Amino acid sequence: MAAATSMVTSSSFTFPSQGLRLPTRSHPCMKPQQRRFLRKYASNVITATYELKPPPYSLNALEPHMSRETLEYHWGKHHRTYVENLNKQVVGTDLEGLSLEDIITVTYNKGDILPAFNSAAQAWNHDFFWESMKPGGGGKPSGDLLDLIERDFGSFERFTEEFKSAAATQFGSGWAWLAYKANRLGVENAVNPWPSENDKKLVIVKSPNAVNPLVWDYFPLLTIDVWEHAFYLDFQNRRADYISMFMEKLVSWEAVNARLENAKAQAAEREMEEERMKNEEEWKPTDDDDDDDDDEGLEMYVDSDDDSEAE
Amino acid sequence: MALRSLATRKTLALGLNSTRLTQSRALQTFSLPDLPYDYGALEPAISGEIMQLHHQKHHQTYITNYNKALEQLQEAIQKGDSSTVVKLQTAIKFNGGGHINHSIFWNNLAPIREGGGEPPKGSLGWAIDTNFGSLESLVQKINAEGAALQGSGWVWLGLDKELKKLVVETTANQDPLVTKRPHLVPLLGIDVWEHAYYLQYKNVRPDYLKNIWKVINWKYASGVYEKESA
Repeated sequence: MAAATSMVTSSSFTFPSQGLRLPTRSHPCMKPQQRRFLRKYASNVITATYELKPPPYSLNALEPHMSRETLEYHWGKHHRTYVENLNKQVVGTDLEGLSLEDIITVTYNKGDILPAFNSAAQAWNHDFFWESMKPGGGGKPSGDLLDLIERDFGSFERFTEEFKSAAATQFGSGWAWLAYKANRLGVENAVNPWPSENDKKLVIVKSPNAVNPLVWDYFPLLTIDVWEHAFYLDFQNRRADYISMFMEKLVSWEAVNARLENAKAQAAEREMEEERMKNEEEWKPTDDDDDDDDDEGLEMYVDSDDDSEAE
Repeated sequence: MALRSLATRKTLALGLNSTRLTQSRALQTFSLPDLPYDYGALEPAISGEIMQLHHQKHHQTYITNYNKALEQLQEAIQKGDSSTVVKLQTAIKFNGGGHINHSIFWNNLAPIREGGGEPPKGSLGWAIDTNFGSLESLVQKINAEGAALQGSGWVWLGLDKELKKLVVETTANQDPLVTKRPHLVPLLGIDVWEHAYYLQYKNVRPDYLKNIWKVINWKYASGVYEKESA
């Protein structure tokens, strides 16, 4: 579960990214003994636990739609800074060794955000953003993905309009997302107690600053960065033009597809797990000698006159 | 020009313009205030390109959308459409806030030859020393808080009229300072939205914050302070 740790500065794939797994340059990891050795000196040495992964294309590959200059700053400065800050904030704390997604969940802290959240979530968000685009992107999806889009939005055109609108109306900095929502209510962190096939839906959501749909237990499928730094060099104030360009020229529907398949698989796995746990509950022995806790629980709701506590 | 618009407003108020008879009172709309200096006058601290975009595009857009929201609000109020009235609140706070904040901001800046960068004297200078120790210390605090602000927002030097002291505060997005605490009066605000500095300073917001002090108009802040602390 822990991200691979490596002291080497050349890029290596360390982020478990949801869905799309890209071919990575194979890289020899440091031997475990060496890693432990380095940890002892952690007071002066920042162990590079997370590394800045390059986009799956060269920095000029998205031209003329997204300039090389933008990629140089956006990836080379902004994204890099988030990763560096993340490492500084994580080293020597309980967060060290956790996967990036776990750090995000822990530091989101149900909305009472802890300091490392911004760095962690933004590191993840930007990885996800680069992988959401490709040279020669845009166009229309096909297959299952298109079917689901048409089912949940009426048509691909209406989906596009809604996605563009979400991206254009996110006040301040943030992101717009297409996500797969499986058996979760449309309210943050609320689990649907009566899940059904109809709950497994595609949704469009927008989020401020560093927040992403992982914190609501959705599966992100596609994102567009609408922080001003994402488009200011190329489009200045014309956010709407940037968004249109993104949809028409850059979206990688292959990536979205792969993520959807992964999301459906994970959702199915989770359902099976929940079924299994439910069945285990039903068959649990109800012997009085064994489990006082269970009986106490029942009594609390049965008899309101009795306010005696534990037995 | 001013006379003509005055006459129009009066006409509207009297209901003489027939198309306005359905509205019981005229809606005050807002327009882009002129900058008291040329776009290039704040260079090299802030580039002319940024000033022009910031003023003509960003501020203008807030005003346009603010006016639109107010019109919709008036209509909704007259119809008793509570759902729409409440729904419009975010747009009003955002766009109205954007108009308020930027109007203050243009006054907070001045070219060097017109006093930009000159330290505050008089009662504000004294109040800064009392509250923060020194001007340098205040600048450091504002820069630290401005740099640390995640996302978009503003960093302010404000007067807390209730507690009778100067404070440094940040607000998110376009929230005006008064949304932080009702007795806060903005003396000086620095826009730390990326559009305020990106073309020139790129990701290095701290450099923008360091340089903007060269064109800060302390005379305006002093004027507001003296008026509000009287």
